[in-house]
Amino acid sequence: MQTDELIGLLSADTRPVSRYAPAQRLALGAGAGAVVVLLMVLGWLGLRPDLAKAVVGGFFWIKAAYTAALGAAGFWAVERLGRPGVSANRAAAVGLSVLLLIELAALVQGLRMDGPARLIAIEGGSWTVCTRNIAILAAPILVITLLILRQLAPTRPSLAGLAAGAFSGGLAATLYGLHCPEATLVFVAVWYTLGVAVSAAVGAALGRWVLRW
Amino acid sequence: MDELESILKPLMLEGLNGDAQAHARLLKLLSERLRAYFGRRLSASPDDVEDLVQETLLAVHLRRATYDRAQPFTAWAHAIARYKLIDHWRRRKIRATAPLDDVADFLAAEPVDADAGLDLTRVLATLPVRQRTLVEDVKIHGLSLSEAGLRGGLSEGAAKVALHRALKLLAERLRHADR
Repeated sequence: MQTDELIGLLSADTRPVSRYAPAQRLALGAGAGAVVVLLMVLGWLGLRPDLAKAVVGGFFWIKAAYTAALGAAGFWAVERLGRPGVSANRAAAVGLSVLLLIELAALVQGLRMDGPARLIAIEGGSWTVCTRNIAILAAPILVITLLILRQLAPTRPSLAGLAAGAFSGGLAATLYGLHCPEATLVFVAVWYTLGVAVSAAVGAALGRWVLRW
Repeated sequence: MDELESILKPLMLEGLNGDAQAHARLLKLLSERLRAYFGRRLSASPDDVEDLVQETLLAVHLRRATYDRAQPFTAWAHAIARYKLIDHWRRRKIRATAPLDDVADFLAAEPVDADAGLDLTRVLATLPVRQRTLVEDVKIHGLSLSEAGLRGGLSEGAAKVALHRALKLLAERLRHADR
């Protein structure tokens, strides 16, 4: 086929494109993924029994704000990295700042405890399953996000996959907070963060293979 | 260089608003840059140049929603061309030998003559018959999309959807055509 013939074909397919199309598609997919994860939390893990009481307390929201901020930075980075020639440095800086802030706060909290109390705080009541649960909950959102990202144009597939994993992990961890009653900064800073990190690592590994176009 | 940007970017913006003529002009000008750009980097396999030009044009067209209007157009187009070149090398298991230059080099390339793209012709033959007929009617017989749709018993809207799907399928299969 001649290239001019191809250009004729392509121009016959010209239609208006919204400048928000990539963000809209990603948000729609994230919404669908969040519904799936919510159903998983309800059907598989169950809500924390004291949820009604927890939502009027402060820490429930601090925990949610932390993981949601990680997710939001991930979403921002995905939206950027889906575009050729665009950097995601600012999104990464925001995400890492939030991470650093919480880790430092948790460190201060941990150092002010005596040894046994610190161990109890770190282990909480669910340290053996927390990270795993978050990684499992992140999977549906990660799959959907990678499929949408594939329709965009990521030119740095590992990095884009990493961002997709951080986004999925952050969103999943936020919903996991509806189930998990852990209420110390120390616990969240270790196991929640690790859950998001696992999701990001899986995303980076998958991105290398899936995000080709 | 800035001159080219000042020509291409407005065409891109008009194309994004649905102006087919501006879009065609943009792709035509871009195809000349791409041909020169790939030509210099594929001197060992000149037959691949036009295939890669066409694959890149398809990508530019199908993924134009990823262009951020605040960004220079040439930076976006160059990033896609560069990605397609590396992808081509990776598929062929060739290690990149030519330097992966900056945008300025992409723009400085001199136009060269076009060959026909063999892969695209081959891949077109693998499309489902309705899509293939539609594509050929528009491409070879120069029919408008609504005329071509009418011949195939499709409404204009259905013909639009069918053409878009056909192009996506072509792009997908083109990536695997040289295996």
